[in-house]
Amino acid sequence: MSLSVEEVKKIAELARIELTPEEEKRHAETISAVLEYMKILNEVDTKDVPITAQVTGLENVFREDVVRECPPETRRKLLDQMPSLEMDELEVPGVFNGLEEI
Amino acid sequence: MGINELTIEQAALGLREKKFTAVDLTRACLARIAERNREINAFITVREEEALAEAAAADARLAAGTAEALTGIPFSVKDAIITKDVRSTGAAKILDNYTPPFEATVISKIRQQGAVLLGKNNCDAFGHGASNENSMYGPVRNPHDLKKVAGGSSGGSAAAVADSQCLFAIAEDTGGSIRQPASLCGVVGLRPSYGRNSRFGIMPMASSLDTVGPLTKTVKDIAIVLKAIAGQDSKDATTVPDGVPDYEAELQKKNGGLRGVRVGIPQEYFSATSGLAADGGVLLHPEVQRLTKESVEKLKEAGAEIVNVSLPHTKYSVAVYYIIVPSEDSSNLARLDGVRYGVRATTNDLYKLYAESRANGFPEEVKRRILIGTYALSAGYYDAYYKKAQQVRTLIRRDFDAVFQKVDVLLTPTSPFPAFGIGEKANDPLAMYLADVMVAPAAVAGMPAISIPAGTTSDNLPVGLQLIGPRLSENTLLSFAYELEKIYAL
Repeated sequence: MSLSVEEVKKIAELARIELTPEEEKRHAETISAVLEYMKILNEVDTKDVPITAQVTGLENVFREDVVRECPPETRRKLLDQMPSLEMDELEVPGVFNGLEEI
Repeated sequence: MGINELTIEQAALGLREKKFTAVDLTRACLARIAERNREINAFITVREEEALAEAAAADARLAAGTAEALTGIPFSVKDAIITKDVRSTGAAKILDNYTPPFEATVISKIRQQGAVLLGKNNCDAFGHGASNENSMYGPVRNPHDLKKVAGGSSGGSAAAVADSQCLFAIAEDTGGSIRQPASLCGVVGLRPSYGRNSRFGIMPMASSLDTVGPLTKTVKDIAIVLKAIAGQDSKDATTVPDGVPDYEAELQKKNGGLRGVRVGIPQEYFSATSGLAADGGVLLHPEVQRLTKESVEKLKEAGAEIVNVSLPHTKYSVAVYYIIVPSEDSSNLARLDGVRYGVRATTNDLYKLYAESRANGFPEEVKRRILIGTYALSAGYYDAYYKKAQQVRTLIRRDFDAVFQKVDVLLTPTSPFPAFGIGEKANDPLAMYLADVMVAPAAVAGMPAISIPAGTTSDNLPVGLQLIGPRLSENTLLSFAYELEKIYAL
C-alpha cells in the first residue's frame, strides 16, 4: 500500500491541516511505510469475527438530561479563553466569503 | 538523602511524626526542579507560589487532624490532563495559552485530599510517541543518561519521579505511555483496566483505549494513589460500577508470597521467529532478555509456578493499535481548530483559520496521526482498516481471556530495549511505533498491566518488567508486583 503526494494533499485538506511541499513528501513516504506494515492484518481470517469497539461490556449508561446553570465565574473564564471576543461574543471570520460585504 | 527522595508512604509518616512539614517537602521538590529542569525538561509549567500555598493549607489539615492519605504530598500531572486554572498545553502549541476552567476527575480527587500540585509534566504532544521527542516544548532527557530518551509518551512524568522532582505523577496510558517510560526511567507505572478510573478531563487520544494511572517509586505507593483515584464517575459513562478495594491494605494480607502463583510466560514476546521481529525492527535486547530470565529464576525460587503460554495474535497488536489510535485520534483532535480556545492563526479566511492554526499548533507526529486516521476512516477504506483492526482486536482479547483460564498473571519485558539515544528513531515513525510491541497488546485487550524496575544494564540503564492481569484484577496484580519487588530488593 502506498500513498501518493496527491492523496496526502487531499487527506490534509479534509483534515484541515496546511502542509508544506516537504511535509507532503515526508508524510507520503512515512505513511506508506506504516500502511505497508498494516498489511500483516490480511493474514488473519476475520470472517464472522465480531468487532471490539469497547471492552467494559457496559450497556446503555443513562443520565437525566437536565439544564445546569454555568456559574458566572466559569462563564467569564471560558470567555477569557476565546481568541477573539466582541461584546462577550466569540468573533470568527465569515463562513461565506465575501458575504459580509453585501 | 533529601526529603524529596522519599516514597509517599515514608513522606506521609514523616509528616505525621512532624519530622518535616508539607512546606518543607514542597520546597525540596521545587529546589530539585529548579536545579534539574533545564537539563531534564520534565516540566512545562512549574507552580512555585501556588504549590507552597497548597502545602501550607495541607500543614493546617495535618495539624487539625483532618489529613488524608495524600495530604501534603507533592505531585505532578502530565500536561495532556486537564488541571483547573493551571495551564494545560498537551505539549502542543495550539494550546500554549490554554488555562482550563475545569478539572479532570482523577486530579480533583487527589487535590481534594490535599496533595500539592507542583506543575505539569512534559510529554509527547497529546500522548503521541514513545520517546517524548514529539513535544513542542523540547524532548525530556533520561535522568540516568542525559543523552538518552526518557520514553513516552509520559516521559516527563517518569523522569520527574525517577529524579525525585516529585513524589508521584499522574499520567495517561493509551498503548504504553505510562509503562514504557516507567521502564526506561526505572520507576513503577500502572496502566489500570480500562473503565477503572475516570477519563473525564483527559485530553482524548483514542477514547476506546485511554486510561489514567500513577507513576511512583514503589508498588505500595501505586496502591495508595490508585485507591484515591479509582471508581465510577458520572462524567465518564465508560467507568465501571465495581467497588474500589483498599488496594494498600490488601498488599499486606497476602501471606504466602508468590508460592503457588501461576505465572505465564508468553512465548511470542521472546521468540525472534514469533513475528514480532519479522520486520527486522524489533529484537529483544540481550540485557533485557538476561534480566527477564533472571526474574523467571527468582520467581521459581519463590515458589511460583512458571507456565509457558501462547498469545498467538500478539504480533498483530501494533498494527491494530496504530489503526485504531489514529482513527479515534483524528476524530478527537478535530475539536482543536483555533476557533473557541487555544492559539488561532491570524487570517480572515475560515478555511485558512482551521488549516493554519492546526499547521502551526501541531507537531509533525500529530499531523501524521490525523492523516492516517482520516485516511483509515474514509469511504472505501473503513472496512479494510478500522473494521478489520477492531475484528483482530477481538481475537487479541480472546487470546488473553483464554490464557487467564490457565495462569494468574503474565510476565513480559515492558520494552524490548532500554532507553535509546535522543534522535535515534526520530526520523522513522514505524520504528518508533514498534517500540510499543510489548505494551500495546494489554492495552488493546483492556487488561491492567504494571511495569516495575527489574535491574539495570551494564551501562546502568534501567530495565522494567511488565505484569499483566485479567480485567479489573488490580488487587491481585498489585500484590504479585509487591512480592516481586521484595524479591528484587533482596
